[in-house]
Amino acid sequence: MTVTPGWYMALAAVLFVIGATGILVRRNALVMFMSIELMLNAVNLTFVAAGRQIGLIEGQLSVLFVMVVAAAEVTVGLAIIVAVFRRRSTASVDELAGMRG
Amino acid sequence: MVVGDLDLASGIWHLASRHGGARVTAETVVFVIFAVVSVAGGLVMIGARNPVYSAMGLLMTMFSMAVFYVLNDAHFVAAVQVIIYAGAVMTLFLFVIMLIGVDRDEDRTEQIPFQRPLALVLGAGFLALVLIAARAAWVTGYGLFSGGEVNGTIENVADELFGTWLIPFQATVLLLTIAAVGTIALAQFAPRARGSAEGSGVSE
Repeated sequence: MTVTPGWYMALAAVLFVIGATGILVRRNALVMFMSIELMLNAVNLTFVAAGRQIGLIEGQLSVLFVMVVAAAEVTVGLAIIVAVFRRRSTASVDELAGMRG
Repeated sequence: MVVGDLDLASGIWHLASRHGGARVTAETVVFVIFAVVSVAGGLVMIGARNPVYSAMGLLMTMFSMAVFYVLNDAHFVAAVQVIIYAGAVMTLFLFVIMLIGVDRDEDRTEQIPFQRPLALVLGAGFLALVLIAARAAWVTGYGLFSGGEVNGTIENVADELFGTWLIPFQATVLLLTIAAVGTIALAQFAPRARGSAEGSGVSE
């Protein structure tokens, strides 16, 4: 019973769905952000497993690029959350209804 | 495989073969253990009431991700995962959690009453869809055409990154610079929006 790349992809699918469910269920902007990170990590695992199956190192390079984009996204996103918190004193996305029609 | 000669794993293998079980490799054992750990970390993350516990759950998942990368011979990516994600990004998250305040618990009453069960149903349906689609060849293509071993050492990764993929790499440098400038701009302009009574030094 050996582990094939398909096992990793199935695990990545499970983790991705956990992250997507977290975004739908939670109202705290920080936890929603962490859910996005979890989804990105799941996709990274898929890249590495697929690269191993095909035999190309580009799978691992894709992971590096995704990590760079994720780092930029975390920087800006957390700055936005802090800016919103300073203005509204809340991190809950339910209370940010200022644009409701 | 890297972990193929672990003493513990070979002991487990002997145990399994003696009892007539299926042949279990070391990678299988490590995979199962850390698959459970990573899924548990994800569930803790979306379930915990306190954001600090959520961050700890995500940290657990990220460390097990690094283990999976090592199992897939992606050694450099595993090191980057621990340093960047588990180190820098999670520290940043914890910083912001402390800044915003850990003592305020999330209000769990939904404004749309059926949202939570609907979200769970949608998640389960999506998982089923993905797993079914992954079994079908028309989505994944015709698999198992292995082009040989991939060894993700720093040397091999750098050869590709600074050779074939040099221009995309430099584009990410531009992206990071833009992100840093944007963060500074956000930090600069936020106090003015709260109220001009203090007269923060930012001019129009």
